[in-house]
Amino acid sequence: MFETFSYIALQQYWWMIVSLLGAILVFLMFVQGGQTLIYTLGKTEDERSLLVNLLGRKWEFTFTTLVTFGGAFFASFPLFYSTSFGGAYWVWMLILIAFVVQAVSYEYRRKPNNFLGQRTYEVLLFINGLLGTVLIGTAVATFFTGSGFSVDKMNITKLTGDKMPIISEWTGPAHGLEAALNLQNLALGLTVFFLSRVLALLYFMNRLNHAVMMERIKKQLLYNAIPFVVFFLTFAIWLILSSGFAVNPDTKEVFMEPYKYLHNLLAMPVVAILFLLGVVFVLLGIIRPLTCFEKCSTKGIWITGLGTILTVFSLFLIAGFNNTAYYPSITHLQSSLTIENSSSSKYTLVAMSYVSLFVPFVLAYIWYAWRSIDNRKIDIEEVNSESHSY
Amino acid sequence: MEHIDFSLVDWSRAQFALTAIYHWLFVPLTLGLSFIVAFMETIYVRTGNPEWKRITKFWMTLFGINFAIGVATGIILEFEFGTNWSNYSWFVGDIFGAPLAIEGILAFFLESTFIAVMFFGWNKVSKKFHLLSTWLVAFGSNLSALWILVANSWMQYPAGMKFNLDTARNEMVNFWEVLFSPVAINKFLHTISSGYVLASIFVMGVSAWFLLKNREHLFAKRSMIVASVFGLVATAFIILTGDGSARVVAKYQPMKFAAMENLFTGQQNAPLAVIGLLQTNKSEPGPNKQDFKIKIEIPNMLSYMAFLDPNAYVPGIQDLVNGNSEHNLPSYQERSQKGKLAITALAEYRIAKNAGNDSLANASLTTFQENYAHFGYGYYANRDVNELIPNVKATFYSFRIMVFLGLHFLALFIVVLILTLKNTIDKKKVILYTALWSIPLAYIASELGWVLAELGRQPWVIQDILPTIAAVSQVSASSVQVTFVLFAVIFTALLIAEIKIMTTQIKKGPGGHE
Repeated sequence: MFETFSYIALQQYWWMIVSLLGAILVFLMFVQGGQTLIYTLGKTEDERSLLVNLLGRKWEFTFTTLVTFGGAFFASFPLFYSTSFGGAYWVWMLILIAFVVQAVSYEYRRKPNNFLGQRTYEVLLFINGLLGTVLIGTAVATFFTGSGFSVDKMNITKLTGDKMPIISEWTGPAHGLEAALNLQNLALGLTVFFLSRVLALLYFMNRLNHAVMMERIKKQLLYNAIPFVVFFLTFAIWLILSSGFAVNPDTKEVFMEPYKYLHNLLAMPVVAILFLLGVVFVLLGIIRPLTCFEKCSTKGIWITGLGTILTVFSLFLIAGFNNTAYYPSITHLQSSLTIENSSSSKYTLVAMSYVSLFVPFVLAYIWYAWRSIDNRKIDIEEVNSESHSY
Repeated sequence: MEHIDFSLVDWSRAQFALTAIYHWLFVPLTLGLSFIVAFMETIYVRTGNPEWKRITKFWMTLFGINFAIGVATGIILEFEFGTNWSNYSWFVGDIFGAPLAIEGILAFFLESTFIAVMFFGWNKVSKKFHLLSTWLVAFGSNLSALWILVANSWMQYPAGMKFNLDTARNEMVNFWEVLFSPVAINKFLHTISSGYVLASIFVMGVSAWFLLKNREHLFAKRSMIVASVFGLVATAFIILTGDGSARVVAKYQPMKFAAMENLFTGQQNAPLAVIGLLQTNKSEPGPNKQDFKIKIEIPNMLSYMAFLDPNAYVPGIQDLVNGNSEHNLPSYQERSQKGKLAITALAEYRIAKNAGNDSLANASLTTFQENYAHFGYGYYANRDVNELIPNVKATFYSFRIMVFLGLHFLALFIVVLILTLKNTIDKKKVILYTALWSIPLAYIASELGWVLAELGRQPWVIQDILPTIAAVSQVSASSVQVTFVLFAVIFTALLIAEIKIMTTQIKKGPGGHE
């Protein structure tokens, strides 16, 4: 079946899968957002434990999605893996460290004799929530703002001279940390950070059975929604007004095109509709619980969550489709990565496409398993009655 | 400036080794304990006996503590291919990336979804669905091992690929050859069964501790039966697959085989040094003879082990480095010159292509294809080819210690099984102490297996095709030093936490579990 696809169709199919995984990852980072709210919302030990346990039952999905996102990116666009991870070394290393400390913190937090103490594990969860979201957002923003690197595959033939036989080279000495100093990148980083907190608050609303905390959640929702909207608009308006990294479809030459990303939206109306729908859904899910009085809907997580997925998905498509370089180089424009010049071979994409047919099956069992253990709201009695808790 | 920054290469290797060694402290227990817990829960569901539920839950708690830190160290490994081995990521990413992605899609989600049901579903889902979830966690974790071991095996024996000169990388041409290569099958089976042995030793050792403390007799004996039966079956399997592994190493990685046997000069009817002590005063590099101080040999055994033929010729380190015309072995010097031809032809091909000179491009292509099997050796054309010899001592001793410990575990499983069935195990203090102190030995054996596999293939990231010096990322050695120290500190702190939590939970015993 996939053998009959053209090479470019397979490249586009895999860009969509990577984009979808990225979008689901941003949605699932509500776990990270929640980790930064434990002390803001939980005033007693029981309240904090309740929140940690609520998040603890979901952290592995975020983690697994991150790992799968990395694996899928590697398999389908290996030149990105090679260029970005090896080049923007420090950003990725900090992201990794932030995730390493998360994985154990849930399990070890309240176990007796845990060496570092409960508070340390909670701080580690906070660090993961802050660094994980801000840095991933910043790293994704470089898909639009560019980084300084050059790629020359013929470097592998260098047997002598003063350069090692390495194909890609990062220009700046900061190895990726310079991205965090760019305000536009930071705007997206902070957008993701506040969005993850908003999503976490909506998740708590949906799953918690705790009247006192519910009031705090509502208040925090407003406090976090405002900076989220401000940073998001900053990033989105800038994106629409800025020049982008266009590719000449005939010569494959990369050049700067004014209003490139706006042009992409106009050239791909389906993507534009998905983007707008996404933004509307994100806002709708936030506004409804803020404007209700007595019986409030707790389904906001699903509406804003779906909106998040649609928005991020369409942002990735704007970055990679319509003859655009998705990982641009500002120092060596022709080294910029496009879905065509950075992808795996046709054979590998076909083989991987068959594997992608398992994805609906995976989603189905995740949904079934979640439903079977999440069928009612949680309170502290339930957490304490479980033989396994965080 | 020197062409190769060895400090960068060494620190990149050190960082990867550090992460892999730490990761492997946790993975084998996950692989084996997940099945042991599944067996126990199956007995509980079939018998309805609450004692078995208590036993299951106790081991499940230990599984959870160990699992979390395995996940934490695992993510680093995946991303380190990009962060520290960026050249590698492009050079073979077309083949190597696929197993990693499949691992995520097929295995990790299975594990992480059903682990939630396993831990939080006791009172929410039916007994049978819970049991199914436990089995799926075991299946998922072992399935993830399959894909990553396929990836590792491919580095040791690159199959199913072809170099594309236009993209300057290796590309997959046959997925099934990658998945079902003889190296991959052997490595997968050998490695997962080592996990089962380690987990069985762990369960047996902890149970022995309870008996020594005169606590939880029924719990301990039942756990011991499950562990010793599982361990025994797994050991039989490990011997079988270990034998297979030796043969594929002899066939595809003759230098690793010669190094692990300290075989300096090749010979027919090669004997196997079952026990050997190497001279300690020899330190100069190169294919110079590393003498035995003491050795006990089995005649013809090495030839048989390598090729199932007691008369077969097994090449030694000297034959591989200096060549042996009688056995049609080219020297490393020749191979490095041929590799240089391939590398140069690649550069010329690209220049010719860009200039539109098709005839020159075709000539370069032919030269390239004729010499590609030696590509990686080309990076040593201006270097000392003795750099291509792995560490003989480390591989020689790792192999022997691993095998001896394996035999010790086999004997221990048999003795413990018999004594437990005769119901006299609680009185055999020596056996109980041996079982307890075999826990660290199981970890040592398991890690040494990887030391042998990975040190033995140095300097190849991809056997014969890509050496470490051409695989790294262009970062400064000092950056890698900093991340190395960061990881070392974090992993060590987490390991201490894990051991403290684990021992506290063990001391608490299964009493708290309903």
